Amino acid sequence: MKDLLAFTVIGIVTGSVYAIAASGLVLTYTTSGIFNFAHGGIGMLMAFTYWEFRFHHHWPAPLALFVVVFVIAPALGALIERVLMRNLHGRSTGTSLVVTIGLMVMLMGIAQGIWPPAARPFPEFYSGHGVTIFGIFVTTHQIITIIVAGLAALIFWYLLNRTRTGVAMRAVVDDRNLAALNGVSPARVSMLSWALGSSLAALAGILIAPALNLEILNLTLLVVVAYAAAVVGKLKSLPLTFAGAMILGLLTSYLSLSWVHAEKIPGLPGALPTIMLFACLLLLPEERLRVGRITSERGPRVPSLGESLQGGILLVVGAIVVSLVLSDANLVRVGQGMALALVMLSLVVLMGYGGQISLAQMTFVGMGAFAMARFGLGGSPLGLLMAPLLAAPIGALVALPALRLQGLYLALATMAFGVAAENMLFPRAWLFGSSTRVVPRLHLFGVHFDGEKSFFVLLAIVFSLFGIGVLALRRGRFGRLVSAMRDSPAACTTLGVNLLTTRLAVFTLSAAMAGFAGAFYGGLRGSAQTNDFLMFQSLPLLLMAVIGGITTVSGALVGGLLLGLLQTQSSTGVLAGLVFLFTGAAAVSLGRNPHGVAFYISQKLEPLKDKVPWFRPEEPDEPLTEELPRIAAAAG
Amino acid sequence: MPLLQAEEISVTFGGHRALVDVSVDAEEGRITGLIGPNGAGKTTCFNVLSGLQPPQGGRVIFDSQDISAVPAYKRGRLGMARTFQRIEVFGSLTVFENVLVAAEIRHRWSRGEEIDLDAECNDIIDLVGLRKVADQRVDSIPTGLSRLTELARALATKPRVILLDEPSSGLDDDESEAFGDLLLTLAKRGVAILLVEHDIDLVMQVCDRIHVLDFGTIIAVGTPVEIRKDKRVQKAYLGED
Repeated sequence: MKDLLAFTVIGIVTGSVYAIAASGLVLTYTTSGIFNFAHGGIGMLMAFTYWEFRFHHHWPAPLALFVVVFVIAPALGALIERVLMRNLHGRSTGTSLVVTIGLMVMLMGIAQGIWPPAARPFPEFYSGHGVTIFGIFVTTHQIITIIVAGLAALIFWYLLNRTRTGVAMRAVVDDRNLAALNGVSPARVSMLSWALGSSLAALAGILIAPALNLEILNLTLLVVVAYAAAVVGKLKSLPLTFAGAMILGLLTSYLSLSWVHAEKIPGLPGALPTIMLFACLLLLPEERLRVGRITSERGPRVPSLGESLQGGILLVVGAIVVSLVLSDANLVRVGQGMALALVMLSLVVLMGYGGQISLAQMTFVGMGAFAMARFGLGGSPLGLLMAPLLAAPIGALVALPALRLQGLYLALATMAFGVAAENMLFPRAWLFGSSTRVVPRLHLFGVHFDGEKSFFVLLAIVFSLFGIGVLALRRGRFGRLVSAMRDSPAACTTLGVNLLTTRLAVFTLSAAMAGFAGAFYGGLRGSAQTNDFLMFQSLPLLLMAVIGGITTVSGALVGGLLLGLLQTQSSTGVLAGLVFLFTGAAAVSLGRNPHGVAFYISQKLEPLKDKVPWFRPEEPDEPLTEELPRIAAAAG
Repeated sequence: MPLLQAEEISVTFGGHRALVDVSVDAEEGRITGLIGPNGAGKTTCFNVLSGLQPPQGGRVIFDSQDISAVPAYKRGRLGMARTFQRIEVFGSLTVFENVLVAAEIRHRWSRGEEIDLDAECNDIIDLVGLRKVADQRVDSIPTGLSRLTELARALATKPRVILLDEPSSGLDDDESEAFGDLLLTLAKRGVAILLVEHDIDLVMQVCDRIHVLDFGTIIAVGTPVEIRKDKRVQKAYLGED
């Protein structure tokens, strides 16, 4: 009984932090319409800033707290709103998502650059102090946390219900344009809410940092917990969000009770937000279709069969030449890019054509790699067959509850699924366990692709075939239907399209493609383990696919090669931070143009086509090498 | 018996009553008008009929069946098509592809025999008068032509009833006249047309019957001549002009 009481206190404390984080998220989402995936990232950066002032420069705690929570955090929030978010209003969910995820990755890059990984003691407030209530020792830090959460709730309630600014905020939520007509400045309200949201993120980050050892990724992923709580309130209601946060905090805490035996399901605490999210998704009512959306941006022409065949042949010939020139070590690097490009093709179908979002693509890649390791012994094609067969049904299962709802929920669900998979699924002994599995390379028709050269050429052939296939799909009936559904779901419905089954088909296809690519990705690396397929790795994948050009096959190739190069050039420390920074910044700036670098290059090369009759902009290698220095220069 | 009927439907948004016990109907081979000032509830009425907006009360009857609980996509398959006031075209596809995709969708769920969809779509393109822009992407053509593309797309599903939401805005006078003729042709082929339109001349010219909606309630139903004479209509709506 005493245990239960003690863990209830801990649960309420954890729930309070979640509530602070989640209410900030809800506030910015409702007033600006943009779901801020970087919310945890802001909290992370502010917790580090607090650490810098408080423990590195030895400022008094109240001063450091005041400066971070009431000066720097709101300034950062307002800056983000003014520079990045304001002109996103009315854009598609995909666009704003890419921008906030880019921001999240960028903030991580900044933090990693300033504070390279090291032990940074972050003691609690009044560490060691506390009081005993009903025989339970409650620390002063815990009491402060609960009080702060309570105060934040009260202040919020007062602000939204009793002040002019609050009324203006709620008016902007209801109808932005109408509010503007009545003398409210939506821009100012939006900026204010971002400033406030940012302060709350900072507060949550600082309060929870001692428990998370001031760790960049864990603090950043606080956003997953926050939105799981917010979904309880349908991302709108603050009281319900508070309730959701408390439930989540208490459940997490109760898992530590000895008689719950949570240890029988390893990874359960980490997966708890995901479980709660999915439970809520199942209960949410189906979305009402919105009519009167913006039309799509003008995109590149879809290449004909002849053109895509030409492009494919050129790529394979190019790959053969490259394989003869480069050393094995360098071939693995370029090969990594090619394998990632193959993964990105799955995003082209899903996001570029279908307008849907997945933040768990690397999880499906992991399943493909596992299938190849488990069923592809000796390079058996069975592994290759099993890879998509394993990934597809799981993909369908994950997407199904979210597909009834708006696009944002699919992003939330897939991100949460990625986190759950790395906590609960992949660490299972029958999957990857805590060890490394050997992933064989394909052996087909008596040909072994064990060597780096042959495997690289195989990758190029597979990419070409899939690229040609994806383009054929786009030109065909299914492609037309999927494009139509992206452009106007409402019109498709009235024509007789069952949106749920069509979206499900696209998502399942994409998961299958990612799984298939996983068999090659694993084969290239030779081995696979849980840490190769963390949810977080799906984010640079998505961002780089957008940078390359999410709507085209050549975009996937450019994006894949870029990501491969960056990943293999740097894996740790400051350089990795710079890579994050670059990826995030590029995604933030390019996020508005989904056609990406590849489209830009092909436009620039268009005049060349007339002069060089055999040349096609689908040809990938040359433009990439030309373009790299320019991008590098632009990124500073 | 009208093909499509809304029986006393009511819709409330928050505290605002957008539709109060509204009844409208459309008969085969006839053009029925639905007019009213801005914000009267015309588009909401269309959304209820096509299944995009669940009503708080009332029934929707199609071909003597109560379809109130039938989801929007199944209403499409029953033979109900519509256009949108704020255009909902497939911008990344060409005009021809917009029509083709609709024909393909119909072909998929109707499981009909393999027919020449291309020829069928070309006929519709010619009928509606989009030949010149058939191969252009819809996001690059003028608004008036986009609206015609929506109509052509709706026709490709071989509908028994079409709901047209301000189809002639964006057309010039000549185009409007040609559009009126087109509607009459479609009605002659047996299609039931429910027309929401601001161009009163066009409505008076082509409609057999007209429903007038004001502040969410039907204030008059009748022939164009009767509607012109109706005092309440003059006060609520026509008097504005």
